[in-house]
Amino acid sequence: MSDIVTAAGGGGETHPLLAQPAVSSAGDWLALLKPRVMTLVVFTGLVGLLVAPGHINPVLGFAAILSIAVGAGAAGAINMWYDRDIDAVMRRTARRPIPAGRIEPGEALGFGITLAAFSVVVMGLATNLLAGAMLAASILFYVFVYTMWLKRRTAQNIVIGGAAGAFPPVIGWLAVTGHFALLPVLMFAIVFIWTPPHFWSLSLWAHGDYARAGVPMLPVVSGARRTRRDIVLYTLLLVPLSLLPWALGLTGPVYGVAAASLGVGFLASVWRVARDRQDSAGVSLTGDAPARAAFKFSILYLFVLFAALAVDRFVG
Amino acid sequence: MPAAGKLPADHAGADADTLARRRRGRNIAMLVVLLAVAALFYAVAMVKLGHPDLGR
Repeated sequence: MSDIVTAAGGGGETHPLLAQPAVSSAGDWLALLKPRVMTLVVFTGLVGLLVAPGHINPVLGFAAILSIAVGAGAAGAINMWYDRDIDAVMRRTARRPIPAGRIEPGEALGFGITLAAFSVVVMGLATNLLAGAMLAASILFYVFVYTMWLKRRTAQNIVIGGAAGAFPPVIGWLAVTGHFALLPVLMFAIVFIWTPPHFWSLSLWAHGDYARAGVPMLPVVSGARRTRRDIVLYTLLLVPLSLLPWALGLTGPVYGVAAASLGVGFLASVWRVARDRQDSAGVSLTGDAPARAAFKFSILYLFVLFAALAVDRFVG
Repeated sequence: MPAAGKLPADHAGADADTLARRRRGRNIAMLVVLLAVAALFYAVAMVKLGHPDLGR
C-alpha cells in the first residue's frame, strides 16, 4: 500500500484506482476473526469438553470445538464492524482490515453474521440444542451487551462483558453432557473473575489509546491507582475461587496443586503492579513494566490452570 | 511525475499482479473452506446416522 501511495504522491493528485478500497487478502478475512483471542476461547472450550463426564464421538467433538472457534471469530468480526470508528484512532487497532480500508464494513458485518449462524447450526446439529443455544447466547452477549451497550458507556465494561469469554468451557461441557453441572459453572466463574485483572493490566499501559478513542476503561475514568487496587482485589477473589473445584472434590490433587501454585504466582505478579513506582497522580515511572508482566502472566495462568484441569481428569 | 489518471507502467503492472495474486489466494481459500464444510457435514451426518444416540 505505501508504495502505491508514494507513486501517486508529489503532484497532489490521486489516481482513480487509489481511491478504491484495496483488495483484501485471505489473511485479512482471517484477521477479522481475532485469531489470538480465539486461541484462548478454543482452549477453554476444549477443556470443558474434555473434563465433562461421558463420551463424545471425536468427529462431533471436533465439530463442537470448530463451532466454538467460528462463533468466537464471528463475534469478533461483528465487533470489528461496530468498533471501526474507534479502531481507526487507536494505535493498537488502526491496522485492522476495516479501518485500514482493505475490507468494507458491510462485508465484514455480513461475514460475521453468516459465520455466527453457521457456527450455531453446526453446534446444534452435531451435539445438542442446548449447546447451540448457549453458543448463540455467548455471541449475542458479546455483540449486544458488551460491544454495543457496555464498552462505550461504563468503566465496568469488561467486568460484565467478560462473561462472553467465560461461556466456552460451559459450551464444551454441554456439547458432551447436554446438561449443566457445578464444575462448568465454576469454570465460567474462574474465567469471569480472571478477565478484569487480565484486561486492566493491558489497559494500564494502553490507556492513552482508549482515552483517544473515548472508551471509558477503568484507568481512563478512575485513574491508574484505582485500577491497580482493583486488579489486586479481583485476583484476591480469583485465587480462592480457582481452588473451589478441588476443595469441593470435583477435581483431584493435580489441579489443586496447580491452582494453588499459579494463584501464588498471580498474586505476586499483581502485587508488583500495586507496588509499581509511580508519581503523585499514580502514573507509572517504570513504563508499566509490572503491568506488562502481569498481563503476560495472566494468559499463562489461565492456560496452565485449564490444562491442569484436563490433566487431572485423565490422571485422577 | 505521472499525469493524473495514469500510473507508471511498471507500477500499474505490479499493482495488477498484486491484485491478481490476492484474488487467487482468496479464491483458493474459499474453495478449501467450502470443501471442508462439505466434508464436515458429511462426517457429522455419517456419525449421526451410524450412532443416533451420540452427541445427545
